[in-house]
Amino acid sequence: MSNQPLRVENLHLWRGERHVLRGLTFSLGRGTCLQVKGPNGSGKTSLLRTLCGLIYPEEGRVLWDGEDVRRDLRAFHARLAYLGHEPPLKGDLTAGENLRFWVGVRRRLSLADLDAALARAGAGGCSARLVRTLSAGQRRRVALAGLALLAVPLWLLDEPTTNLDADGQELVGQLIAEQLARGATVIAAVHHDLPRAVPAIEQLELAA
Amino acid sequence: MSAPGVALAPERAAALAVSGAGAAWLALLRDLTLAFRRRGQLVQPLAFFAIVTLLFPLAVSPELTRLREMAPGVLWTAALLASLLALEFLFRDDAYDGTLEQYALSGQSLTALMFAKSAAHWLLTGLPLALMAPLAALSLGAPAAAVAGIVASVAVGSVALSLIGSIGAALTLGMKRSGALLSLLTLPLSLPVLIFGARATQLAIAGEAYLAPLELLGALAVLGVTLAPLAAAAAVRISLE
Amino acid sequence: MNWTWFHRLASPPHVYALAGRLTPWFAWPAALLIVGGLWGGLVLAPPDYQQGDGFRIIYVHAPSAWMSLMVYMTMAVAAAIGLIWRMKVAHAVAASCAPIGASFTVAALVTGSLWGRPMWGTYWEWDPRLTSELILLFLYLGYMGLRSGLEDTQRADRASAVLAVVGVVNVPIIHYSVTWWNSLHQAPSVMRFDRPAMPAAMLVPLLMMLLGFTLLFVALLLTRLRGEVLTRERAASWIREALSP
Repeated sequence: MSNQPLRVENLHLWRGERHVLRGLTFSLGRGTCLQVKGPNGSGKTSLLRTLCGLIYPEEGRVLWDGEDVRRDLRAFHARLAYLGHEPPLKGDLTAGENLRFWVGVRRRLSLADLDAALARAGAGGCSARLVRTLSAGQRRRVALAGLALLAVPLWLLDEPTTNLDADGQELVGQLIAEQLARGATVIAAVHHDLPRAVPAIEQLELAA
Repeated sequence: MSAPGVALAPERAAALAVSGAGAAWLALLRDLTLAFRRRGQLVQPLAFFAIVTLLFPLAVSPELTRLREMAPGVLWTAALLASLLALEFLFRDDAYDGTLEQYALSGQSLTALMFAKSAAHWLLTGLPLALMAPLAALSLGAPAAAVAGIVASVAVGSVALSLIGSIGAALTLGMKRSGALLSLLTLPLSLPVLIFGARATQLAIAGEAYLAPLELLGALAVLGVTLAPLAAAAAVRISLE
Repeated sequence: MNWTWFHRLASPPHVYALAGRLTPWFAWPAALLIVGGLWGGLVLAPPDYQQGDGFRIIYVHAPSAWMSLMVYMTMAVAAAIGLIWRMKVAHAVAASCAPIGASFTVAALVTGSLWGRPMWGTYWEWDPRLTSELILLFLYLGYMGLRSGLEDTQRADRASAVLAVVGVVNVPIIHYSVTWWNSLHQAPSVMRFDRPAMPAAMLVPLLMMLLGFTLLFVALLLTRLRGEVLTRERAASWIREALSP
């Protein structure tokens, strides 16, 4: 296990006729957070989806602990959590059920773990409520609780602070900070700056 | 609180690991739970099946002798279309809210999860159709002795239909109006099921041995179980690219 | 192993140029064989002892039916190569195959039903060969429908490739089930090509037509492939050089 678990080498990505990523290279250490910035359409989401292996780049590779993630994509996926624009929650299930299914597919979890994570994310009272009845901010908190429950060393977050009030944004900062303190790596695509609570931020600016 | 640790100790990680079968079971439970929260949608394919079988006596003739001859074709065409009707919703919500993405990134076999989704589709449409088919057959003049054969053939055949359909549904993910295209993709591939299924039903109604076509249906179902989730998983990955 | 030749072979400018150079080498022999085959089949070959002159439609029907299947196989193989090795040119080949294959299928259906008129007295008989051919047409239509339904070329390539591979696994099953279905309802088909007694004067033109149609397919494929490559690479700079006089 190296101290720079994530390494990206010479990533080239085309979306349709646009050359979105042009030879992107960087390494990321344990306990650091990479903030990916750039205007709409600059490829922030594409970069995250390429890193987690959903998109196949035209050229270049992504390494985790010195090994090309393509060699065993499933093992790599077991180590990462990706949160897209929309929280992956079903309106017709309660918050608790949503997490039981979403997280439960990946790891066993006890009810106590689940309640604790929801409480930590400031959604303690939501467990038995249908997600359809929650506000956008509450849904995002539920999703953040799920993220924390996954307990994996790599987070890829696409606009994690959307729909959150000031407290919620602060919470995202704290969750990321806790995650970093455990030695994990976090990559977040954001419009605005990440909350101040996050230490050890590196920046990556994507051009339009 | 006990913060979920990142660097899980190996023995703890092993204790928390979920097997592929366990993940598939959860995915199945999830789809069933969701379906029962929306019971209205659950009934639609069945009501569709009933109304299509009702069309034929009205369009052709109420004579039971003529209807009995047509019954296998009517039943299977209606079952095929009813199964197709429910397919459009198989992945649509999951694609929309990011569930498919999470499945693809879960570190579990996407093939196993796709199999779970097809299994849910069968439990929610194929199995109820198999249980309803004898009623429709009786109304079309089939003898009561044919019930077992009809249930068996529709139950086995619809397994293959759910699996074949999952490929088409995964391929047309993200299209706005996919209904007609989904039929165009799925129906030609489903024809062998229709042929063997209708034959088994025909023999059952005539009171003859229907085991041979039923075995062929079984072979199609087995082939579908082995190959279709693989193709559906590939199609889902492509839709996420 | 050194794969540079492979990648060079698969690079769009090279494919475009190569396809252009190769086309006449297939088109001219195809034209000669088809003209010769038609002359031999329609003029020189003796009338069939049972069907008279009606049998002569075989010289178009059989090669078309043969090509409809062969093009599907080619398409599926190209699609599989594109899927496995992520080769864009292979996808372009598969995409170019579909309309050609669908045209051969339509030709086989039309000539088959024209042939049915003198033989069965109807334009359409649920003969297993014709029925399979009709289902094959739907497989082609589904493939093309899926391609046109997906806007992103890359996604259209890969999704339609999965469909082509699924289809090719199913073609034998469909054919078997249709034959089985037909055997329940009527005597085996009258339309048989494996009669032992086909004289050389009938057989040679047929073989010429088969070969001619195969070469015609290759020539058409190369031409379509050039168009397909141009469309896909419309933003690339080599195109301006290639097209400038």
